[in-house]
Amino acid sequence: MEKVKVEGLNAYFSNIHALKGINISIKEKKVTAIIGPSGCGKSTFIRCINRLHEVVPHAKVSGRILFDGKDIYSSAIDPIEIRRRIGMVFQRPNPFPVLSIYDNVAAGLKLNGMKRKDDLDEIVEKTLKMAALWDEVKNKLNASGVSLSGGQQQRLCIARTLAVKPEVILFDEPCSALDPISTAKIEELIFQLKENYTIIIVTHNMQQAARVSDYTSFFLLGELVEFGKTQDIFTAPKDKRTEAYITGRFG
Amino acid sequence: MRNPRRTEKIAFFFLFLATLLIVIPVGLIVVIIIQKGLPAINWQFLSDMPRQGMRSGGIFPAIVGTIYLVLGAIIFALPIGLLAAIYLSEYSKDNFLTRIIKLAIVNLAGVPSVVYGLFGLALFVVFFKFGASILSGALTLGIMILPIIITASREALESVPDSFREVSLSLGASKWQTIRHIVLPNAIPGILTGTILGLGRAAGETAPILFTVAAFYLPRLPKSIFDQVMALPYHLYVISTQVPNVDEKIRYGTALVLLALVLFMNLIAIIIRYQFRKRKKW
Repeated sequence: MEKVKVEGLNAYFSNIHALKGINISIKEKKVTAIIGPSGCGKSTFIRCINRLHEVVPHAKVSGRILFDGKDIYSSAIDPIEIRRRIGMVFQRPNPFPVLSIYDNVAAGLKLNGMKRKDDLDEIVEKTLKMAALWDEVKNKLNASGVSLSGGQQQRLCIARTLAVKPEVILFDEPCSALDPISTAKIEELIFQLKENYTIIIVTHNMQQAARVSDYTSFFLLGELVEFGKTQDIFTAPKDKRTEAYITGRFG
Repeated sequence: MRNPRRTEKIAFFFLFLATLLIVIPVGLIVVIIIQKGLPAINWQFLSDMPRQGMRSGGIFPAIVGTIYLVLGAIIFALPIGLLAAIYLSEYSKDNFLTRIIKLAIVNLAGVPSVVYGLFGLALFVVFFKFGASILSGALTLGIMILPIIITASREALESVPDSFREVSLSLGASKWQTIRHIVLPNAIPGILTGTILGLGRAAGETAPILFTVAAFYLPRLPKSIFDQVMALPYHLYVISTQVPNVDEKIRYGTALVLLALVLFMNLIAIIIRYQFRKRKKW
């Protein structure tokens, strides 16, 4: 089943053509990794999927992205609705510094109008458990979110994203600011999450892509060079550039 | 060969001298005013009406007048300034018109205060027929501190990292929700700091209230916003230059009260900023 289908996607910053005619289809409840050297358009690509790219001044998008068969760039679609259903975890752990751990997780729900304390308590506990953070924070839910370690902060951010019940989760290099142990925890988490969620992860780390993903796409200079099953990409790449990149000859 | 140690020492000496030159006058002003003014300060001075043509008695109506004017100015300027700052930093597109508006605000901050006074006289006192009144004076001071509030608020809003806005949007919040619940709470300390600096400015200026509100000698409290009031800076001017034989003690006492009021406001700004920096971790 394909969850997200990208057709002829172009993205621009002012006059920089950041993504050039991308076609890709993302399978439901699988992990799709996006790899490629810095500046190849990986982050821009996933920011187009939750319509965050257009928030940047002078940024433009053309082409179609079908989400459950509907074009998210059609004028009938509310980007707010799309962002609720397609969550995102960012590169740097970024809990809201003025909010407590509890309020960080509840932030999206409160912004969407959920007020009942019982419901909030339940979802906060459930999502913190899903993010494998509950045992570490259950006794200090009122502490500031930024009092946690980097790895804990990132899991807090994952809980915050899960709380709004998205169908797709975009991870933008979620481990690049973390130590190996925290990275392993996040990867374990991604592995569990794919039972219920469609996951797209941008990563710099090819071992990570090989470990966590089912499909891998290789981006270079704004173009999609190769896309396929992760196993195939890493063992028998069809394109010379892919092979050069994954064997570490550039990038 | 030049000796780098020696050039460094010479540079340090001049840098230190320049710093000292800044500190000395400030210190002298404070010391002299405290020394000469403190003997005048007692409960009667702070709470009584001026008597004998301002040569004795207290300065109570001037203190009250200044507080009314400052509060009035802030009630007018804070909401408008904050909304304008939100528009400029969050909504406006970067185009010719926006740049003109931003330039105008910067220039507005540089307009001499007496020009504001004249403007207030023409617009509020004469055109809107508010007369010389608290309303006219507060509006004039309000316009004068608008650029300070807008600039400080804009800087505070723009210092909130974009990543917070993006997280909030990515959670399905609207742009306004993001501003209201995520951006503003993080910017409030900076906005307050700017507001209080504006307050201090409004409390200390003489020229804008000269034509619009300040009474030469009015030993009673105002009954409505259409009354004139005395105000500390203008009162100080009057007793220093317009009334003969005023005891030096009273003049410096008045200056001390004004100085204390302004320094107190700045102190609050510093405390808020300090609290803010303690909490800021991004």
